[in-house]
Amino acid sequence: MSEKKTKRRDFLFTATTAVGAVGAAAAVWPMVDQMNPDASVKALASTEVDVSSLKPGNTITVLWRGKPVFIRRRTKEEIEEARSVKMEDLIHPEKDEDRAKNPEWLVMLGVCTHLGCVPLNDKGDYKGWFCPCHGSHYDTSGRIRKGPAPLNMEVPKYEFVNANTIKIG
Amino acid sequence: MSDHDYRPKSKVGQWFNDRLPLLTLANHLTDYPTPKNLNYWWTFGGILTFCLITQIITGLTLAMHYIAHADMAFESVEHIMRDVNYGWLIRYIHANGASMFFLAVYIHIFRSLFYGSYKSPREIIWIIGIIIYLLMMAAAFMGYVLPWGQMSFWGATVITNLFSAIPLVGEGIVTWLWGGYSVDNPTLTRFFTLHYLIPFLILGLVILHIWALHVPGNNNPVGIDIKKPSKDTVPFHPYIVIKDGFALLMFMIVFAFFVFYAPNILGHADNYIEANPMVTPAHIVPEWYLLPFYAILRSVPDKLLGVVAMLSAILILAVLPWLDTSKIRSAVFRPLYKQFYWILVADVLILGYMGAMPAEGLYLLIARVATAYYFLHFLVILPVLGFKEKTLPIPLSITEPVLGGSPNLAAARSKESKIE
Repeated sequence: MSEKKTKRRDFLFTATTAVGAVGAAAAVWPMVDQMNPDASVKALASTEVDVSSLKPGNTITVLWRGKPVFIRRRTKEEIEEARSVKMEDLIHPEKDEDRAKNPEWLVMLGVCTHLGCVPLNDKGDYKGWFCPCHGSHYDTSGRIRKGPAPLNMEVPKYEFVNANTIKIG
Repeated sequence: MSDHDYRPKSKVGQWFNDRLPLLTLANHLTDYPTPKNLNYWWTFGGILTFCLITQIITGLTLAMHYIAHADMAFESVEHIMRDVNYGWLIRYIHANGASMFFLAVYIHIFRSLFYGSYKSPREIIWIIGIIIYLLMMAAAFMGYVLPWGQMSFWGATVITNLFSAIPLVGEGIVTWLWGGYSVDNPTLTRFFTLHYLIPFLILGLVILHIWALHVPGNNNPVGIDIKKPSKDTVPFHPYIVIKDGFALLMFMIVFAFFVFYAPNILGHADNYIEANPMVTPAHIVPEWYLLPFYAILRSVPDKLLGVVAMLSAILILAVLPWLDTSKIRSAVFRPLYKQFYWILVADVLILGYMGAMPAEGLYLLIARVATAYYFLHFLVILPVLGFKEKTLPIPLSITEPVLGGSPNLAAARSKESKIE
């Protein structure tokens, strides 16, 4: 058996396997990607909410992309409490000023960052939210203070369309 | 092996068998030499086969009436319960059948742990068994989501969110699993598809499980290798078939009790409330058969490490044949292992109880101790015990301990001491 012949075989085997692998991967990708959010799910990307009826200290929950969003009109005390917390006391340090541009309005996903339950309003050790599933406590800015959740509740993209209407997404 | 000598009596049988040796297979299964000292703990293999077939048949019939759509799933299950002829019976058998399946599989697993059935040369049987167990958990979880009640929805949310603990790609994986930004219709339809598929994967693995079993043959309560066929064995049919059949009847009485007298006792009332993405039930608790692992998940205060601990608790079983260093299989001859075995049983039961309780205060503390002990058992106690434990002398044959003073006894003892 000559050295040359073996090399030719090797090349053919390698080339065939490589083309086969690329082909298989190309065939698998559509099967994998079909599970990602489809066009109709993505189309429901934004929601407009009328908040004119909300009084200070009230929270409403609206559905956005299948997830609850908390919109809370905070009281003076709550804002003060949220803004006076030292950064080093926080598990996930974020300034309240960055979370609530307009201090009176806190808009965030009502989804616990631990395993996705909906935290309860006005509960817990920090007078914000409390997750009943695994005991995470959030403060009046929706920041995680105690429990297994690693992050603060997420603030989605939103804007005031006019004085009474918030557009989420 | 007598298999190769088998030849069908009839001409037609011979003609067929020469082309497809199904009759040889049937003959192998009936004549299969089985240790004659198998006790009732060995009947759960047959019981589990019955459970799988029951789940497949009831599942197929339920699928003829169920509608996998977020707007209609809950109502279609109520439709099955109220309108479909015997729908209540089929659904209750299916729902309680899942619990019965897990009850039987836990007894089956703990039988293997007690008698060392996972040890050489049966490691592959054991590992296939663990894969079946994992698939059972996946099938049960997805099946629980299908009625689209509150527990279905929030159970699905919590379990799928476990994947978000994976660094960097976690969130992407969760969105991919959901097919959206939350558990919703796309999640339900894919869970239904997979729930339908998995039992058939399990069926295939069960065939491999039995095939792998038939290579070395059954372990037995004494845990020694035996000659096959010999005085120590009996043919599978009729001896084991009848024994398995009797045990199955006893098992079906328990099964029927749940189906007819307490069909909802193992479920949660919250699942008769339709799924609502705005409200989480006050206590989210998985089905009883997942509670020990749930307790392990919650006893670790870090999200990623909690998920890792929970998965490790299951996957550690796959390497058990190599963690247990003792050459002696049966706990009957391992006085120390026998005690640690029962401590482990208690530990798992305690974990199960803690999984059902709120994760706070004393409950959390006990769950943490029990979690630590669980891993200690497999990672420290078992490997060390194989070297330190003084085992009792094992008999040479199954017949020997029954007949007592066998003429071979003295010879056997002296041979054994030489090995040591």
